[in-house]
Amino acid sequence: MAEPAANLPPPASAASPPNLQVLPPPPKQGWSLEAVAAIVGLLAVLVLLGFMLVPVAKGMQPVLAEGANVAKPSDLAFLLFATMAVVSAGGVAFSRNIIYSALALLGTLLSTGALYIFLDADYVAVTQLLIYIGGVLVLILFAVMLTSSIGDKRHSNPRTFVLPGVVLLGALLGLLSYVAARAPWRIADTSAPITNSVRTIGDVFLREYLLPFEVVSLVLLATLIGAVVIARKEIKEP
Amino acid sequence: MFTPALPHFLIVGAVLFALGTYTCITRTNAVGILMGVELILNAANVNFVAFNRYNPSAVLTGQVFSLMVIVMAAAEAAVALAIVLAIYMNMKTIDVTEADTLRE
Repeated sequence: MAEPAANLPPPASAASPPNLQVLPPPPKQGWSLEAVAAIVGLLAVLVLLGFMLVPVAKGMQPVLAEGANVAKPSDLAFLLFATMAVVSAGGVAFSRNIIYSALALLGTLLSTGALYIFLDADYVAVTQLLIYIGGVLVLILFAVMLTSSIGDKRHSNPRTFVLPGVVLLGALLGLLSYVAARAPWRIADTSAPITNSVRTIGDVFLREYLLPFEVVSLVLLATLIGAVVIARKEIKEP
Repeated sequence: MFTPALPHFLIVGAVLFALGTYTCITRTNAVGILMGVELILNAANVNFVAFNRYNPSAVLTGQVFSLMVIVMAAAEAAVALAIVLAIYMNMKTIDVTEADTLRE
């Protein structure tokens, strides 16, 4: 171990005189030492805080048990995801940068998928994740990056007709929210949650909805071929 | 005490629909308009699944229909983005206010 360490310095010192300009690495070493010290200190503070928080958490337990009667965690999670969906949809609608719009669309799709879980639609939620986020969003990002110059931040997502848009937005928001809140919706007995939704969906797709299922597969095939035909580069023959 | 019920989900759907419509109207970037369409389809999906939850049927009509909507959205996105790429290759722009000729 000691011999290679003793042998190493000569090449380093022999190599350093020619390229004196390449000196930035040494500051990095000092910085990394400081970083290590900071991380160790942070860990120590966290451990101390943890020890201090344990009795506090023990004291909080009855309070939390009482709080579960006031508002269930799942209800608060619904509020969180609904807010996230609405805020990210606002990001899609109002962002001036198309990349930010696409990323906000990711937030909307994610939180809408979470809302499906609150509605006992597990399979739809997973499908939303797989197809929308794994497929459609990636496709949209590809289209954005293939067609617009990303560096041009100001003009990547211009807008027109802002005034009519705002008027229509306000009118739709007011009307639809009023109807949704005030209409006497027919609500059946909802005490029993929907269970086994995956099994049921698989079952009905091969019984009641067999024809739509097959038609959808045909539509997908046509889409596949059509997209390739439209997007390929046309070779013009003289 | 707050418990999410049918109107809360419908209101989320309504807000998504309104914002999607606003996006479709005010964007000139074709891809931005597509994002608005996706928002509208998502709003419809939220409504389908919510009605399915609060009026359960043995065959889960709402969930099956929302699956159909998701598949259609994927197909629509594929074809529309192919068209956008074709327009970009021909006209070097995807601004829908500028790309207004049917052929070169």
